[in-house]
Amino acid sequence: MKSQRKTGLRIAAAAAALALTLVSCSSNAGTPAASSPASTPAGGGAPAGNVSITFLPKNLGNPYFDTSSKGGKAAVEEFGGTFAEVGPATATPDAQVSYINTLTQQQVGAIVVSANDQAAICDALNEARDAGVKVVTFDSDTNPECRDLFVNQADAAGIAKVQVDMIAEQIGDSGEIAILSASANATNQNAWIELMKEELTKSHPDITLVDTVYGNDEDQTSFDKTAGLLQSHPNLKGIVSPTTVGIAAAARYLSTSQYKGKVALTGLGTPNQMREYVKDGTVTEFALWNPEDLGYLAAYAADSLVKGDITGASGDQFTAGKLNDFTVGENNTVLLGDPYRFNADNIDDFDF
Amino acid sequence: MTTQTATAPAPRVYADHARPAWRRVLFTTEMAIISLLAIVLVVASLTVDKFATPLTMTYLLLDVTTLLLIALPMTMVMITGDIDLSVGSMVGLSSVIVGLMVQAGQSIPVAGLVAIAVGALGGLANGLLVTRMQLPALAVTIGSMALYRGIAVGLLGTTAITTFPREWTQLVKANIPGTPVPVVMILFAVLLAAFAVLLHFTPFGRGVYAIGRSKDAALFNGVNVDRTRVILFVLSGAVAALAGIYYTLRFGSARGDNATGLELQVIAAVVLGGVSVFGGRGALHGVVAGVLLIGVLSSALRLAGVTSDVINIITGVLLVLSVISGSVLGWVQARRARPAASAPGAKA
Repeated sequence: MKSQRKTGLRIAAAAAALALTLVSCSSNAGTPAASSPASTPAGGGAPAGNVSITFLPKNLGNPYFDTSSKGGKAAVEEFGGTFAEVGPATATPDAQVSYINTLTQQQVGAIVVSANDQAAICDALNEARDAGVKVVTFDSDTNPECRDLFVNQADAAGIAKVQVDMIAEQIGDSGEIAILSASANATNQNAWIELMKEELTKSHPDITLVDTVYGNDEDQTSFDKTAGLLQSHPNLKGIVSPTTVGIAAAARYLSTSQYKGKVALTGLGTPNQMREYVKDGTVTEFALWNPEDLGYLAAYAADSLVKGDITGASGDQFTAGKLNDFTVGENNTVLLGDPYRFNADNIDDFDF
Repeated sequence: MTTQTATAPAPRVYADHARPAWRRVLFTTEMAIISLLAIVLVVASLTVDKFATPLTMTYLLLDVTTLLLIALPMTMVMITGDIDLSVGSMVGLSSVIVGLMVQAGQSIPVAGLVAIAVGALGGLANGLLVTRMQLPALAVTIGSMALYRGIAVGLLGTTAITTFPREWTQLVKANIPGTPVPVVMILFAVLLAAFAVLLHFTPFGRGVYAIGRSKDAALFNGVNVDRTRVILFVLSGAVAALAGIYYTLRFGSARGDNATGLELQVIAAVVLGGVSVFGGRGALHGVVAGVLLIGVLSSALRLAGVTSDVINIITGVLLVLSVISGSVLGWVQARRARPAASAPGAKA
């Protein structure tokens, strides 16, 4: 029986050793990095103006948010604050709530968050605000009453206009075009398509929109619908796809077909999906917002809130470094600006 | 060989009882987990800034409540040697049902009772498929995991219902006045007491262990094996639905994809708490400590600025180590029992 007791003790000892190693490793790992949020509150006597700003994206390891955090970090380094990025491995609201709670305990200056659910993280954000933390949402908003400011990447009018402008430039402002959309009841796409139609009638009378088809944001369906469009409209000069799935599938079809270089394709896409087709000449130019600028602006907005330069009210003005001046609009929202155009000249500057 | 395998378990039982009671209680897997929990708590309080605050306790308990609740019936299901992978989906389905009923103007208690009834029915379906059709619980509940999630997402699509009465969403997050302990812990304490009595102090509970050791032996000893297993699945479904109500109210958001992947967190915590995946072994105090250990570690590491993937690696390593230590302990005990029972065994 003696050896049995030893076993028990040995297990307890091993467990204890493990726990000590784990926790001490972790706290060691956390402390030296100046960007760690844990080290921020410790420096309570930090000089005024040293704002700690923590980015909380939908999830980590997502190239889109890696890019926005890169912009945020650059901004924080410019104005001399402390940058940190935390987030769950998977994009779920409950995991985000745990992180918001942690940041509340740490009393960071501001949380810059892309919400996984517009309501689920609301109470947690409001608890943070009650504790004096400023809350900026970007990319994906919460209900307006749960944050101080929303940094909007693009508005519907701007998205519609840039796509009409691009297709008009690429087909010489006249001829037949078609739209390859997401699903028939996709709210965003339908709103953009309506605005695009208005813009076409108003400024481009020689361009005719002959068809709108729906690829349901599925790769294969979008691919097949592109083939169908080209067969049923032999005079088609251009396709606009206001969805990242659609434009990538259409580009894949065009790149190996006889229409490559003859039928223009543009719309909303991401550089990583479209790089190949821009390089092989299938696509000249497409648009989206620039996540790096989005993160940069969000960080400056957070800084202005923490320093008390703005309160987030409509009409407030602040300067965001290289992006110049911004004015807070309705619903405590700041608009990044016109969508960003990606083409052969700049696509290699982006990785998302 | 046959005599050896037949006699080997018997002396172990006697050996167990030859030890003083205090030693039987102290040197167990459960106590190892509880000690580990205590050590982590002390170390985290001393080294992690802002960890030793009442706010940490409140947030921590709110975070682990879903796991704690579902772990209670899961412990019993797993002690019988079964498993229920559909609990995460049931949380989502319950969330959607509560959301739809509240949207239709029903009160939270009515919506909650309906959700729990649906949970119990879902568990009954699992239980009947496992016992009547003689199918492995793993296969059945993988199926119902997809089925219940499918229904949940199908009912609500990609939208979310967020119009819950403020007094209810505030109530589930409120603390017991004067303490940092959320009121929802009272619900958990009541359920814990009920499950502890059921598992550790009733013939039904003895039957649960007996089934896990050997279904045939349990049957010959008068345990109603199938009925016991069905009851446990029903409890598992009902408690998962209850946890779904809590989840919905805590986040104020009913979505079809709520609590995706929760089943694996629950099973991980239960195994960490000393329950054998092969059945027959485990206890509730170990499981509660296992859930709390995962919660405390995550909370402390988050506060220390450790990233989520590293937190996952650490809890994963902990889990593997706990499984290894459990089987090493079993192997050591079996080896020790053998020479005492039959000397020739030592030579081989």
